[in-house]
Amino acid sequence: MIVELGHFALVLAFVLSLILSVVPVWGALKEDEKMMSVASPVTVSMFFLVLISFAALTVAYLNSDFSVENVWQNSHSAKPLIYKITGVWGNHEGSLLLWVLILVFFGALVAIFGGNLPAPLRSATLGVQGWVSAGFLLFLLATSNPFNRIPNPPIEGNDLNPILQDIGLAIHPPLLYVGYVGFSITFSFAVAALLLGRIDAAWARWVRPWTLLAWAFLTLGISMGSYWAYYELGWGGWWFWDPVENASFMPWLAGTALLHSAIVMEKREALKIWTVLLAIFTFSLSLLGTFLVRSGVLTSVHAFATDPARGTFILVLLCIFIGGSLSLYAWRAPLLKQGGLFAPISREGSLVLNNLFLTAACAAVLVGTLYPLALEALTGEKISVGAPFFNLTFGPLMIPLLMAVPFGPVLAWKRGDLLAATQRLYAAFGVAILLVLFTFWLWGMERVLAPLGVGLSVWVMVGAIVEIVTRVKLFEVGLVRGFSRLKGLPGSAWGTAIAHFGIGVTALGIVTATAFQDEKVLTMAPGDTVSVSGYEITFDGIAPRQGPNYREDVGHFVIRQDGIVIAELDPSKRLYTARQMPTTEAGIHTIGFSQIYLSLGEPRDGASIDVRVYFKPLITLIWIGSLIMAVGAVFSIADRRLRVGAPKPAARRQAIPDATPAE
Amino acid sequence: MRFLSTLLLGLLIATSSAFAIAPDEILNDPALEARARGLSANLRCMVCQNQSIDDSDAPLAKDLRVLVRERLVAGDSDDEVITYLVDRYGEFVLLKPRFGGHTLILWASAPVVLLAGAIGIFMAVRRRKQMTSDPVASVPLSDAEKARLDSLLKSENS
Repeated sequence: MIVELGHFALVLAFVLSLILSVVPVWGALKEDEKMMSVASPVTVSMFFLVLISFAALTVAYLNSDFSVENVWQNSHSAKPLIYKITGVWGNHEGSLLLWVLILVFFGALVAIFGGNLPAPLRSATLGVQGWVSAGFLLFLLATSNPFNRIPNPPIEGNDLNPILQDIGLAIHPPLLYVGYVGFSITFSFAVAALLLGRIDAAWARWVRPWTLLAWAFLTLGISMGSYWAYYELGWGGWWFWDPVENASFMPWLAGTALLHSAIVMEKREALKIWTVLLAIFTFSLSLLGTFLVRSGVLTSVHAFATDPARGTFILVLLCIFIGGSLSLYAWRAPLLKQGGLFAPISREGSLVLNNLFLTAACAAVLVGTLYPLALEALTGEKISVGAPFFNLTFGPLMIPLLMAVPFGPVLAWKRGDLLAATQRLYAAFGVAILLVLFTFWLWGMERVLAPLGVGLSVWVMVGAIVEIVTRVKLFEVGLVRGFSRLKGLPGSAWGTAIAHFGIGVTALGIVTATAFQDEKVLTMAPGDTVSVSGYEITFDGIAPRQGPNYREDVGHFVIRQDGIVIAELDPSKRLYTARQMPTTEAGIHTIGFSQIYLSLGEPRDGASIDVRVYFKPLITLIWIGSLIMAVGAVFSIADRRLRVGAPKPAARRQAIPDATPAE
Repeated sequence: MRFLSTLLLGLLIATSSAFAIAPDEILNDPALEARARGLSANLRCMVCQNQSIDDSDAPLAKDLRVLVRERLVAGDSDDEVITYLVDRYGEFVLLKPRFGGHTLILWASAPVVLLAGAIGIFMAVRRRKQMTSDPVASVPLSDAEKARLDSLLKSENS
């Protein structure tokens, strides 16, 4: 009964989405108040209907209702409670339902918090959001219904893929989807602006917090996924340039570019047309990512051809949304007026440079991901495009980009002085050089690139600190006034500096963990000791253990430094009984920002076992950096200017921050 | 994030967590072994989804790792090993495709986008400059405007 209720709510939401797609948009174009007023209540109702639907599926999972096909395929009565809940989105249908839930949730947020938007823009935006919702609700109902019943229900379910039975599944997909789908709002804003033929700095001010929000979640989602892969897969890799990863990384790159071009648009009314195009691109890449992972086209072109219903459906959706919005863009964009002028050396110029490199990087990832599919489809020739290709094409684009990061914020708007900016950054440059020399001293001259990479990362980090110091003129006004000025800095200034610092931190982690990792692969018998980077690791033995829905062999290791025990690790090899599927649980010990990583391989004669031991210096910085980036985004969202929306004259006086002569 | 692929692709592919290279495969000569690892990272385990033979624990990956080491021990250069594998398994085995007519677009895309973007920006800047070299912009400020500007600048710098 509850299951049917969920199904019914989903159908009802689809019907509402059709109304939302037509009435408010028509109203916005005709400036009809009544028709426009439909948008908000319909959007909010849709959200509640999809929420009911999602709750119904969750209840089916909690009750292990195996008469529902989806539950039977992906759950098991002995599965721990948390995985019964997370299992709801650990499969195609359920994760798509989550996707739609977040989509309508964002719509509802705009409906509720968009009170200060002009009515036509709000209605048109919600209407466009309705188009996207209608497409995906229809996709769910037509090809991926999670509420299908089985006539003769089996007694036991097939269990969830053991790799997914991890806390990572509770966190990673929802974060990632909020990011992915969050860009739909930016897209809807852009399309609505094109429909209405009006776009101005206020538009950018409304769009920027939504972009920031989506971007922050996408950053966290990607980074969480990376950490999950790192500890779960058992060979210590954290990024594989896998097509599925690329699918989430492309919207991130485009979204990062969008974030920066929206600043130019808000402050200087320049780059309008480009910003709108980027908004369309970013969500298009999200849709493309959804298509890539949902259609099965990645497994092989042939898998797509044998079960084409879902793939074709998303492909059609993709063509309608991307093709439609780009046509609309081509038709309406020339109507938009050009904005402010700026010299090449200026804050705007640096943001254009940022966009240029991010776009090229995004193109590299996009082509690298799609090229093998296209080549095989067209010529039948099979090639592989993997990590070595991306490292070679993507990597070099990041170097000039990172070098330029500290310059951007210290350059003035309109016309900057590169020499003055360079002088401000002397300190950052000095610290970076010192660190390069230090790294050479520490690791020798064997690797030339790695110390330079360390220097580049430190340059970005210290550059971010210099930016804040420069803004408050700490050395000119003295510490006391300087600190009071710190408090007066607008959130967006803090946001920029913090996020840029985070990029530097992540880059540092990537460089050190890649270049200076210590790895040992060996067979260990009980009592054997191996040494990595000065840590002594002793294998004590291995013992079987029974889990709720798996069996495992647990190895016991003791880590010593200078003879003193600092940690004990219990990596294991599990066998999930329902699917007869083995997994490896790595043992990880964190020392400062570095980690010792242990994983078990094949058992040998007697009690010996193959072991892989790593010391990964500063590896946690990779993920800490991304957390810092997300914090930066939060600071920026909290900026008063973004919250006050369209400032009225009285509010405007308040909103002008007192310590930003650069603006 | 490879799980995401299992999560999203219907759990069909054998992405069982990997423990790739085994101790008994490792060569005694560290220099040769380092070359073998370097080569392995660029070779695809052809039954896996986008994994190198260095990362994969599939039997085929193991066979290829052993094969690479055999060729190295036999005295092959890195290029010879790669040619040998491509002759046997096709270009599919390379994670970094060779540059050629069939991969021209692949390799050229990022540089072309960068170059085209740079040229586009350059043209746009020039066009804008020509458009705005109209006389209105070059009229000097009146005294009253200058005074107002000064007072504004002062109040902002305070």
